[in-house]
Amino acid sequence: MKKTKRILPGFGLTMGVTMSYLSFIVLIPMISLVIQTGEAGWSGIITAITDQRIWSSYKVSFGCSFLAALINTIFGTMLAWVLVRYRFLGRRLIDGLIELPFAIPTAVAGISLTFLTTDKGWIGRPLAELGIRIAYTKVGIIVALTFITLPFVVRSIQPILEELSPDFEEAGRTLGAGSARIFFKIILPELKPALLTGFSLAFARGLGEYGSVIFIAGNKPFQTEIAPLMIVTRLEEFHYEQATAVALVMLLASFIIMFVVNRVQLRAASYVGG
Amino acid sequence: MYVELKNVFKRFGNFQAVNDVSFGLAQGTLAALLGPSGSGKTTILRMIAGLESPDSGQISIEGSVINNLEPSRRGIGFVFQNYALFRYMTVFDNIAFGLTTKKEPKAKIKERVEELLTLIGLEDLGKRYPAQLSGGQKQRVAFARALAPRPRILLLDEPFAAIDAKVRRELRSWLRHMITKLKITSIFVTHDQSEAIEVADRIIITNSGRVEQTGAPVELYRSPATPFVARFIGESTLANDYRTLVGFEEAPDGYECAIRPEFIRLFAPGEEVQFENSVEEGVIETMAFRGDTLEVIIRVRDFTLTTGYSLERPPLAPGDRVKVLIYRLYAFNGDRAVLVSNKRLNNTGNGYNFQI
Amino acid sequence: MAKSRTQAPSKHGRRGYRQENPYLRRLLIILSLLFTILMLVLPLVIVIYQAFGTGWDRFWAAVTNTFTLKALYLTILTGSFAVIFNTLFGLTAAWALTRYSFRGQGILITLIDLPFAISPIIAGLIFILTYGRLGWAKPILDEFNLKIVFATPGLVLATIFVTLPFVARELIPVLTARGTDEEQAAVLMGAGFFRVFFKVTLPHIRWALIYSVILCTARAMGEFGAVSVVSGHLRGKTNTLPLHIEILYNEHHYNEAFAVSAILVVTSIVILTARSVVEYLSRREGDDVR
Repeated sequence: MKKTKRILPGFGLTMGVTMSYLSFIVLIPMISLVIQTGEAGWSGIITAITDQRIWSSYKVSFGCSFLAALINTIFGTMLAWVLVRYRFLGRRLIDGLIELPFAIPTAVAGISLTFLTTDKGWIGRPLAELGIRIAYTKVGIIVALTFITLPFVVRSIQPILEELSPDFEEAGRTLGAGSARIFFKIILPELKPALLTGFSLAFARGLGEYGSVIFIAGNKPFQTEIAPLMIVTRLEEFHYEQATAVALVMLLASFIIMFVVNRVQLRAASYVGG
Repeated sequence: MYVELKNVFKRFGNFQAVNDVSFGLAQGTLAALLGPSGSGKTTILRMIAGLESPDSGQISIEGSVINNLEPSRRGIGFVFQNYALFRYMTVFDNIAFGLTTKKEPKAKIKERVEELLTLIGLEDLGKRYPAQLSGGQKQRVAFARALAPRPRILLLDEPFAAIDAKVRRELRSWLRHMITKLKITSIFVTHDQSEAIEVADRIIITNSGRVEQTGAPVELYRSPATPFVARFIGESTLANDYRTLVGFEEAPDGYECAIRPEFIRLFAPGEEVQFENSVEEGVIETMAFRGDTLEVIIRVRDFTLTTGYSLERPPLAPGDRVKVLIYRLYAFNGDRAVLVSNKRLNNTGNGYNFQI
Repeated sequence: MAKSRTQAPSKHGRRGYRQENPYLRRLLIILSLLFTILMLVLPLVIVIYQAFGTGWDRFWAAVTNTFTLKALYLTILTGSFAVIFNTLFGLTAAWALTRYSFRGQGILITLIDLPFAISPIIAGLIFILTYGRLGWAKPILDEFNLKIVFATPGLVLATIFVTLPFVARELIPVLTARGTDEEQAAVLMGAGFFRVFFKVTLPHIRWALIYSVILCTARAMGEFGAVSVVSGHLRGKTNTLPLHIEILYNEHHYNEAFAVSAILVVTSIVILTARSVVEYLSRREGDDVR
């Protein structure tokens, strides 16, 4: 008979607390999703998500989150680069501000971004004269999502850039490579896993974001309605099974993204580990 | 036996870490568990401490089986490889920890800790934190902490591994001195044979989860019981097909053998050869200065042999043809190692003397 | 969750970077400054500007309005519950997951991560599905005359759910990196669970703990989506500050909405600063929160 003995005490206590807490807060409520799905049935789910309005909301959510994540990948790389490589006045301040979107309540971000970009806003007015409108359009959604997901890419890349030894670049330089070639051939490949991770996290967060978007989006059906809003709307109409259906697709998307992130990080680790 | 292991097994997943290990140690012994990494030595130590539990087998101290005894009730002191000093406690509090747990009176604790601080020669460092100590000092504190509750047995996991080479030698003799002075039964784990030979009274050699041989250092050196021990203790040259060597034609059947450097004698060109009919012809391949002797590598037909050569003797150079006398060798026969002497030598002694 | 912290100077120094094109360098710095000002500074400025734009009196009136104060009270209440429970949970979960090995560890970690992976709206949804009018647990609640959805317990639950991973997720890597030697040493000397935990483990993780509590507080205070779904928007009863802002804004009380926002913005900045201070202190002690 094999008896595994645990050396450190407290296994029963800590496992008991952990399991009960997780069951009560996460597991049991999540099971409700399964129950609700069972009640609606697969045909119910398919009918719900192929509804025109819901289908449009997916397109808005996925499209805008993707673009916002892409914008942040480009600007985030630039910001990380500047913060790591250059010393200039205000660097520390910018570095601290990067976290702002994580700290500031999303509703506050939503109303202030909306206020800035309406036809009467500080940024919106000059643009409106040029015929460009941000608030209450898809562009507005992208702006809000860019703000919310800004820290992800920067914070994913920053540590990698810090650790990147200048030896690689110097080696490249001694071999006669120019700056552009060094960046694209030597530095960018090193950043790739972190970029992919940052992008995916930003994309996932963008998909689920609600507070900041609903103010700026205008929420016009078929045009600027995001999927999370559809959940809320269906819930308020007591169409629980439709709300569940919308949520299921988004959950699936989140899980796929998280899976990709895990794989990327595992592969990156295997490179480093050799 | 004071500490005794009987048929102990331990498996981690698919890895048989400890495979039928039995040995016993008398009270007051300073023993080394010696073996390559992955040989199970640390697992054995941790099982004695109660940090791992054996799958089967018995571990007893002072005649009573301790398998199901809580680690803290076994009366052991444990020195971890990286000391595991509590970083957020002072040296004093670290040493006092085991005593405060037992709720001993404050004055008594203070007295004991101060006694130990004096013993390890760090009287003035009681208020320091571990981070402010050197490697050697940390080790002494870990030693004192393990001793504070007056354990029956002291266990040390690779006690010198984390210390740089220079301090290590000092600490070895310090530790040996301390343990002999306190007369506490101690077992330490090491993968370094010179460490085990220098420090321990008894060595337990482990390999692939088994005990290969147990004995005093000299015993292991003189009469290794298995090929593994012959190879592991001392520096020997391995050779094949030893029955083709002059004087070993009638050696027991076998193939591989180990030849210690001191089993070989060289005769420089022109030097008088004492046992003309029992020597081989060889050519010197390389020579390296090793501080007090020369290490000479000689080629004898297909054999490559290593031996020492005193600086006081006639000079040699690579390429020189020399006469090589092999006194004896360890012939490996299955899992046994047998000492075989050169039959053409008319020597009377069975063992060998150490002054070659 | 991206790890968010100010970076220590690169260990490689700035060697090898100076041959870069100075114009490119200037361009990149200017672009970064512009992007930061546009995306991060301006939204802050507009909050303060709108909050005080029509004078201190209106600001003060908005902030001291009964409904605002009630929302503030509710925000502090839900936030405190979430932070206290999640801290206790985070400590026990991190200990259980790093101090023992057992089957299903991966599943537990996934469950802990889940609230970060899913939309806050879905978080709200699952509580409605469980405890709401048509939820399967509703009859049980009625039995005990309990109300969760559209009531304070719902707000607390939703906030706890959304901020659940913060403490555990911060502590797990720290405890893993520390190893268990010190704890084992303490156990060998006869220390029990609480003595080991408080004397040996807790001192190691105190900075990471403070750090994660700060992050957890920020998120708990600002949570909108999940809380919005379970609140039912009962003014003066189930409105937290962010929800109160939404109502004010939708009623076109813009200055009031921004005045309330200003409270939260200032709090966020205080939290960000506290976070930097903790980072600095922990690094100075050679005990990086990482």
